[in-house]
Amino acid sequence: MHELKLKYQGKKMAPAFNAFHTFLFTPNETTHGGTHVKAADDLKRTMNTVIMALVPILIFSMFNAGYQYYAAIDAANGTPRTLSLFENFLTWDNFWIGIIKVLPLLVVSYGVGLLVEFIFAVIKGHEVEEGYLVTGMLVPLIVPIDTPLWMLAVAVVFGVVIGKEVFGGTGMNILNPALTIRAFLFFAYPTWMSGDKVWVYQAVEKAGGPDAISGETILGFLAQNKGSEMAYSVSDMFFGFIPGSVGETSTLLILLGGLFLIYTKIASWRIMLSAVIGSLVMGLIFNQVVDMGWVTETSKFYGLMSFDFWKHLIIGGLAFGIVFMATDPVTGAQTNRGKWIYGFFIGFISVMIRVFNPAYPEGVFLAILLMNVFAPTIDHYVVQGNIKRRMKRLKNAVILPKDSDGKAEELKAETV
Amino acid sequence: MALLSKKDTNLITDPLADNNPITIQVLGICSALAITAELKASLVMAVSVMFVLAMGNVVISLMRNIIPSKIRIIVQLIVVATLVIIVDQVLKAFAYELSKTLAVFVGLIITNCIIMGRFEAFALGNGPWRSFLDGIGNSMGYGLILVIVGFFRELLGSGTLFGIPVLGDPIEKTGLYSIGYENNGFMIIPPAALIVVGIIIWVQRSRNPALVEEN
Repeated sequence: MHELKLKYQGKKMAPAFNAFHTFLFTPNETTHGGTHVKAADDLKRTMNTVIMALVPILIFSMFNAGYQYYAAIDAANGTPRTLSLFENFLTWDNFWIGIIKVLPLLVVSYGVGLLVEFIFAVIKGHEVEEGYLVTGMLVPLIVPIDTPLWMLAVAVVFGVVIGKEVFGGTGMNILNPALTIRAFLFFAYPTWMSGDKVWVYQAVEKAGGPDAISGETILGFLAQNKGSEMAYSVSDMFFGFIPGSVGETSTLLILLGGLFLIYTKIASWRIMLSAVIGSLVMGLIFNQVVDMGWVTETSKFYGLMSFDFWKHLIIGGLAFGIVFMATDPVTGAQTNRGKWIYGFFIGFISVMIRVFNPAYPEGVFLAILLMNVFAPTIDHYVVQGNIKRRMKRLKNAVILPKDSDGKAEELKAETV
Repeated sequence: MALLSKKDTNLITDPLADNNPITIQVLGICSALAITAELKASLVMAVSVMFVLAMGNVVISLMRNIIPSKIRIIVQLIVVATLVIIVDQVLKAFAYELSKTLAVFVGLIITNCIIMGRFEAFALGNGPWRSFLDGIGNSMGYGLILVIVGFFRELLGSGTLFGIPVLGDPIEKTGLYSIGYENNGFMIIPPAALIVVGIIIWVQRSRNPALVEEN
């Protein structure tokens, strides 16, 4: 590999070979002259930390894929089923379905995404950027299990090209690429992205047949005002033994991943905390509306509005979105005060969309994309606010007599 | 003896590529987004705009010396409105179904920026023949983009071209659909047109770097 890299140095394909090299080895170049940045966490290490936080979720999701499949078959046959971690969850049968369904999603996501990255790196003649490492891992975790692979491939091409490369590549994108991919899939192929058939392996193929199975998400039940028919307990929701997109179900593992990211200072705790607060506030408002009797049981919003406000956090993709999507340092707000506002509205709008969008009762990805768009505006006003405050302080400051007017001007220029 | 002098030929060919009303002048985007979900609608829209723009350019050009400049916008509006009503009535009489698809957008040709733009920029300062050619050229440039966008949106979004299924039957699962292909619902909604137009602009500018603005 070292020789290949040297052989192609300066040639057109050099970025591609450099990428493989840096993927497999530590770069064999050292900086000449003085170095100024002495931290160990470069982009590669940042990305790998996020991936480490995602690996437990991926493994859990592979077991859950199988568990939901066999649970749905039992439910269709009327067989009662109790969850037992070692007897019917962590089994080879379950894991095997994870291998044949989740791994291909992962492979396609990485393969297609990195191919696009390589092509752009070669055309533009820059080094391949590590940005796709995390996106490629996130994508399979936020799609339904039976998503056809070619759809995923089309969406990945769209997301990486339109969501990222047209803006100039990693670090320049306005929208989170993983969510762009998810949104594209949602608008392009809605029949594969919603309903009660897409969340369980083979449910689409078996639909209408004698052995038809289905697995409605909790949000789906609530949106149809069928919350009472639902057989999932709060601990099922928290630990993630529920149907949903591949990796979004286990709040426990997401929480652990989130704490790990906060501990390593990769992700912003401000955004996570404020998003949680935002969703709780919106949930509380809806609960209050129900308590006041303004919304009756006949209303189509009743199911979701009367849902306990704190339970919103442990179902659907809200937790996953808050921890891994909202905290994307590129597309999120940059200023500390901006992060509070940005996170709050993500939580607030997510729950609002859940309640008011009966066609598709999950709004996390839409809420985060919307706030991605507003993040620069929020930052702008935060920075302007700081400037205004400091200008005011400067005006009120007593300028010492020996300072000439010129000095004050200079000070003003510096402050701005 | 060529029918058109070189300068006149440029009036027609320039707007097709390097001075395209949609991709370079960025005019008339609204209708390009709204009606390009079907190729047929795109084509009819292109022809309608061609008629209105070419005729309007000639009329304005003939009247250019007698229009008081203070009220020229109003005069231009009356000319466009007259022509648009003619188009609308013709469509209603001979292609009723299609006129329902295009609905309000034929009426909105009045507000199509290309038309007012060309009246102001060209017809007020040039003779009728050259204005006519300019109108034809610009509306062809407009139509070209509309047809390209309409082609991709209808093919990928509905699997048809001019309403004729070309990829097989999505319900009977024939052709491409038998191997799992599905229509892309995203292409039906207007934001897809924005992205397709964006890609056309991208391709055009990377082929001709002279078009890229300095900033």
